[in-house]
Amino acid sequence: MAYRYNHILIRYGELSLKGKNRNNFIKALYDNVRKALKAFPTLEFEKQHDRMYIYLHDEDSKQVSEILAKVFGISSFSLAIKVEPDLDQIIDACYESLDLTTPKTFKVAARRSDKLFPYISDEINRKVATKILKNSDWKVDVHNPDVKIVVEVHQDAAYIMTDRVQGAGGYPVGVGGKAMVLLSGGIDSPVACYLMMKRGVHIECIHYASPPYTSQNAQEKVMELARLVSGYQGDVLVHVVPFTDLQLAIYQNADESYAITLMRRMMMRIATGLAQKRHAQAIATGESIGQVASQTLESMLAINDVTNMPIIRPVVCMDKVEIIDLSKKIGTYETSILPYEDCCTIFTPKNPVTKPRVDKCEKYEGKWDFDKMVQDCIDNTEDIWVHPVKVEEDLF
Amino acid sequence: MIYFDNASTTSVRTEVRRVYGQMLETCYGNPDSLHAIGRQASTLMEKSRSNIASMLHVEPSEIIFTSAASESNTLAIVGYALANEHRGHHVLTSNVEHSSVRHAMEFLKRFGFEVEFLPINEEGIVTPECLKAHMRKDTILVSVMHVNNEMGAINPILELEKIVHQNPTCVYHVDCVQSFSKIDIPFDKLDMATISAHKIHGLKGSAILMKKKKIQLVPIIQGGQQEQGLRGGTENAPANIVLAKTIRLALEEQSSAYAHVSKINQYLREELSKIKGAHIHSPLSAIPYILNISFDQITSEVLLNALDQKGICVSAKSTCSSQNTNASEVLLAMHKSEFDATHGIRLSFSYENTLEEAKYFIETCKEIIENYGLSL
Repeated sequence: MAYRYNHILIRYGELSLKGKNRNNFIKALYDNVRKALKAFPTLEFEKQHDRMYIYLHDEDSKQVSEILAKVFGISSFSLAIKVEPDLDQIIDACYESLDLTTPKTFKVAARRSDKLFPYISDEINRKVATKILKNSDWKVDVHNPDVKIVVEVHQDAAYIMTDRVQGAGGYPVGVGGKAMVLLSGGIDSPVACYLMMKRGVHIECIHYASPPYTSQNAQEKVMELARLVSGYQGDVLVHVVPFTDLQLAIYQNADESYAITLMRRMMMRIATGLAQKRHAQAIATGESIGQVASQTLESMLAINDVTNMPIIRPVVCMDKVEIIDLSKKIGTYETSILPYEDCCTIFTPKNPVTKPRVDKCEKYEGKWDFDKMVQDCIDNTEDIWVHPVKVEEDLF
Repeated sequence: MIYFDNASTTSVRTEVRRVYGQMLETCYGNPDSLHAIGRQASTLMEKSRSNIASMLHVEPSEIIFTSAASESNTLAIVGYALANEHRGHHVLTSNVEHSSVRHAMEFLKRFGFEVEFLPINEEGIVTPECLKAHMRKDTILVSVMHVNNEMGAINPILELEKIVHQNPTCVYHVDCVQSFSKIDIPFDKLDMATISAHKIHGLKGSAILMKKKKIQLVPIIQGGQQEQGLRGGTENAPANIVLAKTIRLALEEQSSAYAHVSKINQYLREELSKIKGAHIHSPLSAIPYILNISFDQITSEVLLNALDQKGICVSAKSTCSSQNTNASEVLLAMHKSEFDATHGIRLSFSYENTLEEAKYFIETCKEIIENYGLSL
């Protein structure tokens, strides 16, 4: 009989280096993996100090692999066959797991953590290879094999693996605290979301909606982007801020050239309020130096001035093409380029100021009671949970 | 919800829905099958075809069922031009046709056809003089729509038809999607005409091309013997069967619906004329079903979003080209300014709309302009 993969073996990423925090990291990863695979009810999970195992039972190994490849904190994983720590069983499992019809080169790499196992690693290598060599046209190549057969013998079980899938790397989401990411609907902010999560930061998104200047389609596009990145942490909470009144007040009270800077300052104030409410420690944006007028260093200085919170800009030094490449990789690009207006593009001034001054900003802001409007925005924000799998009705 | 977007599509009539449900359950046969179930579908579908033909005063063999007005237009234009290349390579249309006509024409250029787009005048129509000036000996096809989908402007198709037929080798196709069951159509004078079911409270995915017997076409969808070999693919028997009922009900109510919609149109024109900054772009002679307007204070996109929030559905320019740029090509073609073309919205009505809805619309517009409009 041909063996089917019944296990997945997960190797931890960078986190295995982190002395004292190690247990927290492993626990976070374990929880994230379970959450990501919630849709597969018969999976069983086991965590050990250096590995994590998933017992597949009857679930589809391909679908499970696709989801696992998105979970941060995993350096790599392999589909594995688990057998008794018995040499004959190991040899049979290795032999049966291969498709021997087309000739290839191979190498067997055995390891035994159970030093009482009666055969040393090299003997296991030779015995497994002998069976394959005798019964097929496969040849050994220890330097550049087409297929590397890994055998791990532990006290209670042996694992046979023939492939190794690259994991997403990074830290398990959540171990790095929580941040609020400003999600506009463009190309950059979903990439910022991804990079934050990659370093283990749990994110919530903030979207500023200015109906009727922005359409319902624009908001749905943002929700779709949130959905696309939500897979990296299980699900994501999106805060939709009703921004119209505040935006109109800016245009009534300030010179057009300062409007964008003031708008960004208001956004930061609202984000700070929401971050405090949600116990987040930072704000993140998709800004990149020099990309538009409001993203010069002078602008960032003027914008940062309104909050004590760290403002993290994960793509700040990336070129546009680099950001685009990454957005294509994480699958958000096609949605980002849909042509709906967001609140940044709707009132584009002809000559936005590139070197705004804080004192001037404050002068304009002194003209009306924006504190109350900011508070209204925070109070009237609508919270929407977004899950990676679209929930469709009975219709389809 | 107030639905003022009936030129995009309409609700499905209860009677149509009921019969369609029945057909889906009982009439699943392939009309081409030789057994009883297939014959039943075929019999009902041919009955529908002959009923439609008699309502249009043409022969049953002159009705071709298609999946959409876009398909009908493509079949008429591309199918006719490719089948009649030997007669000439010059085709004419207007510069404000539906996107399916425009793109079918552009497609013909690849086959060496010379396509000319006739300009419209300030009233949104192609004048007989203009057509006459562009007609040539080698003109084989003219396609000018009956009623424009953004303005409601009515082309003088009878006068245009006379000019077309002065050239014995030239035929006239008319896109009647926005005029059918709203104003009378002289099908006897036209060589080909397109009608869509979902604009007259029927089903989406259902349309016809009326094509006179003498007209030779080549099929666009290759596939077999269906629809006289002009359209491959298993026929959509349930939809084709209920189309007869859809058309009958629409024609029966034509004059009462026209009178009803005229009142709404009249009311809106009067009220709008009192609002500062409001403009009416649809000419007075347009059909009452379509009213194109703008407010100087607010762009079409913002107005559309704001109305949407208030539960009023309207369009800015034709829905079939709504994904492209912001300016209405029809308004530009009518020599309106870029400003007007980015501010226009289209209201389109049906017998289901009421005067109360029109009143609510006017009040809501005033409110939106007050809140979000630029001051004049």
